[in-house]
Amino acid sequence: MKAFTDLIFTTDFFYSILRVTTPLLFASMAAVVSDVAGVPNIALEGIMLIAAFAGMFFSYLFESALAGLFFALFFAVLAAGVLAFFTLYYKTNIILGGIAINSLASGGTIFFLYLVAHDKGTSVSLASKVLPNVNIPFIESIPIIGPVISGHNVLTYLAVASVVFTYLLLKRTALGWHIRAVGEKPDAADSVGISVTKTQAIALIISGVMCGFGGAFMSMGYVSWFSRDMVSGRGWIALAAEAMGRQHPLGTAATSLLFGVADALSNAVATLGWPSDLVKTIPYCATLLGLAIFSIRAYKRAKAA
Amino acid sequence: MEYILEMKNISKIYGNGIAANRDVNFNLKKGEIHALVGENGAGKSTLMKILFGMEPPSQGEIILKGEPVRFSSSKDAIAHGIGMVHQHFMLVESFTAAQNIILGMEPKKGAFVNEAEAVRFIKDLSKKYNLEVDAEAVTRTLPVGVKQKIEILKALARGAEILILDEPTAVLAPQETDILFEELIHLKEQGHTIVFISHKIPEIKKISDRITVMRSSRTVGCYETKDVSEKEISNLIMGCEMDTSIEKSSPKPGDIKIRVSGVSYTDKNKVKVLKDVSFGVRSGMIFGIAGVQGNGQVELVDLMTKRRSLREGDILLGGKSVKDMSVRDIRKMQFGYIPEDRIEQGMAAHESIGENIISNRYDTKEFCKNGLLDYKEIKKFAEENIREYEIRCSGSDQNVGMLSGGNMQKVVVGRECSHEPEILIAEQPTRGVDIGAAYIIHKKIMELRDEGCAVLLVSADLNEALKLSDVLAVMYDGEIVAYFDNTEGLNEEKLGLYMLGLDRHDKETVRRAENE
Repeated sequence: MKAFTDLIFTTDFFYSILRVTTPLLFASMAAVVSDVAGVPNIALEGIMLIAAFAGMFFSYLFESALAGLFFALFFAVLAAGVLAFFTLYYKTNIILGGIAINSLASGGTIFFLYLVAHDKGTSVSLASKVLPNVNIPFIESIPIIGPVISGHNVLTYLAVASVVFTYLLLKRTALGWHIRAVGEKPDAADSVGISVTKTQAIALIISGVMCGFGGAFMSMGYVSWFSRDMVSGRGWIALAAEAMGRQHPLGTAATSLLFGVADALSNAVATLGWPSDLVKTIPYCATLLGLAIFSIRAYKRAKAA
Repeated sequence: MEYILEMKNISKIYGNGIAANRDVNFNLKKGEIHALVGENGAGKSTLMKILFGMEPPSQGEIILKGEPVRFSSSKDAIAHGIGMVHQHFMLVESFTAAQNIILGMEPKKGAFVNEAEAVRFIKDLSKKYNLEVDAEAVTRTLPVGVKQKIEILKALARGAEILILDEPTAVLAPQETDILFEELIHLKEQGHTIVFISHKIPEIKKISDRITVMRSSRTVGCYETKDVSEKEISNLIMGCEMDTSIEKSSPKPGDIKIRVSGVSYTDKNKVKVLKDVSFGVRSGMIFGIAGVQGNGQVELVDLMTKRRSLREGDILLGGKSVKDMSVRDIRKMQFGYIPEDRIEQGMAAHESIGENIISNRYDTKEFCKNGLLDYKEIKKFAEENIREYEIRCSGSDQNVGMLSGGNMQKVVVGRECSHEPEILIAEQPTRGVDIGAAYIIHKKIMELRDEGCAVLLVSADLNEALKLSDVLAVMYDGEIVAYFDNTEGLNEEKLGLYMLGLDRHDKETVRRAENE
């Protein structure tokens, strides 16, 4: 137990919470925006995977992390665009569309990985780039807080910014109001000349951009390579966080952080020599537990009504 | 220029060959209130959809202020100064009144919406038109009458000069209707032109300057309101003289069939929507519940039909508590229910008339042979119903969703009433239904009552409640606030006081509703 507490109460551990929460934040904000618009995007997982691969490959190809980020975003938006096109224009069921993108991403990235790296597992043979870490002046020198908050990957700070962005977007901007209106009552939006299809497409594209950042972080920040199915359920955990955060950006961010803690915990205790297969299940168990508590409460509330 | 708007020889023929408008002529003078009347399916809605750009006409032209126009969308129509207040409100419930009004035309301040400016704009607007609303109130919490004001302001904010109101009074109490009429007259004085769609002839007579009557997809004619009597309007709508009065014999009350005792209910927003409601309905009588929508009627009926679970108090149907029965058990005991929302709850819109009409007893011997449906029997039965209720359709295999509102309702009533129910719950049975269909439905309900059925009639239409009910209770804010042993001497104004909570009976009188 001593070893355990020694592990938890360190600045390294708190630093790692922010690190592992980064992709969850991006993905859960992507979930919020699309769900509020009435087009629940369950392809977060797949889109992040595509972005992660594109980031790794193009940063290797152009020997530039920035180029990698650009293409990660480009392909994420492309994937979200494909989803929008089929579901909004051809009226495919959005859940089926999401499943299709997820399957395509999982198989497709392995296929291309084999083409470029001659390996079906990881891309370590390719010299891909990573995005820089940022030290924040002044704050970095504050004891305890400095080492936790400063020195993160640039995308980690952007992830925090994405929460503020999502909050302000939905609460204060005209586009955000339109997104909320088409999600809650499409007829109302339509009756004042707001195009429901266009607004939902924009929401899906925004969610694509966020997944792009999330994916890029996975292969160009969290680690410096791409490996098969490396998003490993973060897209789904984000959906759980969004459900528990009741579509609210701040609530969702808080829940994501909770799942981030579970994730960091599983990474930390792995060093204690506990059975690693069991330890790796912690974030997923936490999600399951969270969803169970959430649905029991929702059920009780519904029953009380 | 005499007319602000002319619609000339408008025809609309749908892909399936059904003509909804044939050679329709409709015109508006600036600054008038123009009533558009006709039965359900007469083509009023189609005509207004064409005017509002929701559907293109197959033929004909629209001339607005002397210029021929063509609208490809409602956005187009709005840009030309036409506004519509739909019967089902187009409001985002979680938004504030201000957000709903300026949605799609938000004033900006940098990247954000300038909410202060929006609120100011709405205050000016509501002052100008005498339509007071609390701009910062959340729409969900507002009563129907205020939501309607928001809809009207929404249209005015977009510069509507011609305002189409689709059955605006269907959801209002008499006093609220009076307020609406004052507002409409105020708008008219400011030069706005109003199209008023309604089924209620006294209202039309009271508010309109001219009337256009439609029947079977054509215009019958346009009349100065002062030149035609209520009776004449009715005859023009029906196309013939028709006696719609219902003969009401004195009731022969029998045993208590419905017993509601001490029922309270708290909804998911923790609002107590029913407060200690008790009443009893005997066989052979019609127990009317009047009240403005949203005063607990829906929840009460939901509890009786087991679509919500009962926790406080008890409801007995035919002597058995609903707590001990499933929906299926209730259905198995000669029970009929005409739901408020015929499209969502009353039917499967994409299925045929025949399939819909047996959906409450598809598993009886009559229609089910060796586990398979007997379509011959279903067809025969459906055709009997189509004849009896004069359902206008192309045949028993037509999809119910293709029928007009009144005919849909006849299918529902046919299903619920043709198996000799002992208990019937009728929830707004003639909402948005034309005179002819309403007459048929009323006649049937009365017939069931004479045969000894216990009828609970929940209606926001006072005319209907007064015409049918043997005894009448008024619900306000989740309570029964008034009870009348008979409906003689009652009128809409008097009931309106109770419906709006301005007056109430003492406890002793209300307790008589229990019919012990």
